[in-house]
Amino acid sequence: MDWINAIIQGTLLGGLYALFAAGLSLIFGVMRLVNIAHGDLIVLGAYLGLSTTLVLGVHPLTALLIVVPLMAAIGYVLQRGILNQTLGTDILPPLLVTFGLSVIIQNSLLEVYTADPQKMDAGVLETASLPLGDLSIGVLPLLTFVIAIVVIGGLQFIFYKTALGRAFRAVSDNQDIAQLMGLNRRHIYGLAMALALAVTAIAAILLGIRTSFDPSIGGGRLIFGFEAVIIGGLGNLWGTLVGGVILGVAQTIGANINPGWQLLSGHIVFLIIVAIRPNGLFPKVN
Amino acid sequence: MPNNSSEPILKVSGLNSHYGDFQALYDLDMSVEEGEALAIIGANGAGKSTLMRSVCGLISNDAAQVQYRGQNIGHLRADQVAKLGIALVPEGRQLFPSLSVEENLLIGGQIGREGVWSLQRVFELFPILEERRNVPSTALSGGQQQMVAIGRALMSNPDLLLMDEISLGLASVIIKTIYDALPGIIDEGMSVVIVEQDITKALSVSSRVYCLQEGRVSLEGQSSTVSRDEISRAYFGVE
Repeated sequence: MDWINAIIQGTLLGGLYALFAAGLSLIFGVMRLVNIAHGDLIVLGAYLGLSTTLVLGVHPLTALLIVVPLMAAIGYVLQRGILNQTLGTDILPPLLVTFGLSVIIQNSLLEVYTADPQKMDAGVLETASLPLGDLSIGVLPLLTFVIAIVVIGGLQFIFYKTALGRAFRAVSDNQDIAQLMGLNRRHIYGLAMALALAVTAIAAILLGIRTSFDPSIGGGRLIFGFEAVIIGGLGNLWGTLVGGVILGVAQTIGANINPGWQLLSGHIVFLIIVAIRPNGLFPKVN
Repeated sequence: MPNNSSEPILKVSGLNSHYGDFQALYDLDMSVEEGEALAIIGANGAGKSTLMRSVCGLISNDAAQVQYRGQNIGHLRADQVAKLGIALVPEGRQLFPSLSVEENLLIGGQIGREGVWSLQRVFELFPILEERRNVPSTALSGGQQQMVAIGRALMSNPDLLLMDEISLGLASVIIKTIYDALPGIIDEGMSVVIVEQDITKALSVSSRVYCLQEGRVSLEGQSSTVSRDEISRAYFGVE
């Protein structure tokens, strides 16, 4: 029964990892930008959520109404102001600039919020659970998983059924020809980053309700996001969800064997999958 | 917008364009009259594609070197030029591989210019595209891809349509199908520039012709009156 429990908890945890990864996957897909600051942007979102709940006295989920548009705006400005300048044939400048951004965000958060671990207060949502036979399922992990499915379904819809998604794919295919269609790639990239950080904001709030956080944890979230994206296959959003679930299950099963093995077993499963399928489980065929 | 009918829709003056570090056009002058079909011929490397890329904004130039309806556009980005009503059918078709046939056409219309061209109208012009509307653009034959590339440009309802080497690499029967469709496009009052290596095709659909040679205009004349000898000299630069 322990094992079944571990698998269920791991699966639900995978929803959170998929949310970490979705924004990463989206911007890589649209503009081939590997965002090293992604984990720190998640932490930034969590702190913005914390401030919103404290200042306005609202529930963390209500704070989404503020944090999601705020993060989207930050994403647009960040892309148009800085990241667009780094994009070109060389992949090194965006890596270096986002690495620098990561350091800047971490230190700014440290300056403003100190290094003390923080947590958002979500009341009964944190401990509520549903009985399932002999097991019980936490409402928050379940909610996180459902939100992950809805968000990825929503991104999938935007990508393949809307004019904006068409523009994303066209710019990703061929920047010059997309310009000829009247699409300003700098603006389209800005919109892609805005969408990515809107998703990141959702992941951030759910993270901040689930566990405590401090300014230094971004790097760890970045790794989970990367691993989920790579396991699922680059450019495949549903694959990213599967990647998140595999990572989550590997971690909870590892923890079940020995509590010290949680993170290690996740990384080992990631390495095994990359060794066997270097392009991930569901690579996008071109 | 008041429009002087004697004013050319496009005027290129003293254009010096570079392709990387290499200068491709030298002090080039040309103009396109409202509603005319103009052919630009020339050998490989004569600068035809560079001229097209300069006009549509993919290569940036001095503002006054390219004028559209009296407005300086040489410095504008391609998306800004497109919104003014200039569309390019690029050499080598260059469809978006991630998009279906229909999506490739729709993205051409995304710019939101009003006019006679719509998805339905493009499907009437090239019926095969309606049959294959949902397949990825990469699944089409070369000729069908060229139809999509032309349809995609038409979808923006341009006032000036530039077509770069639309017969390149296609079987002659396909080229005929595509060229047979051109009068229907030109008759809508659109100004059209046809860049071609196939001189006979280019002359058959155009009223006026420029020949480029090594980045300069080597011949300008009426398509119906220029002689073969004149063209040979202008094309190859030999007596």
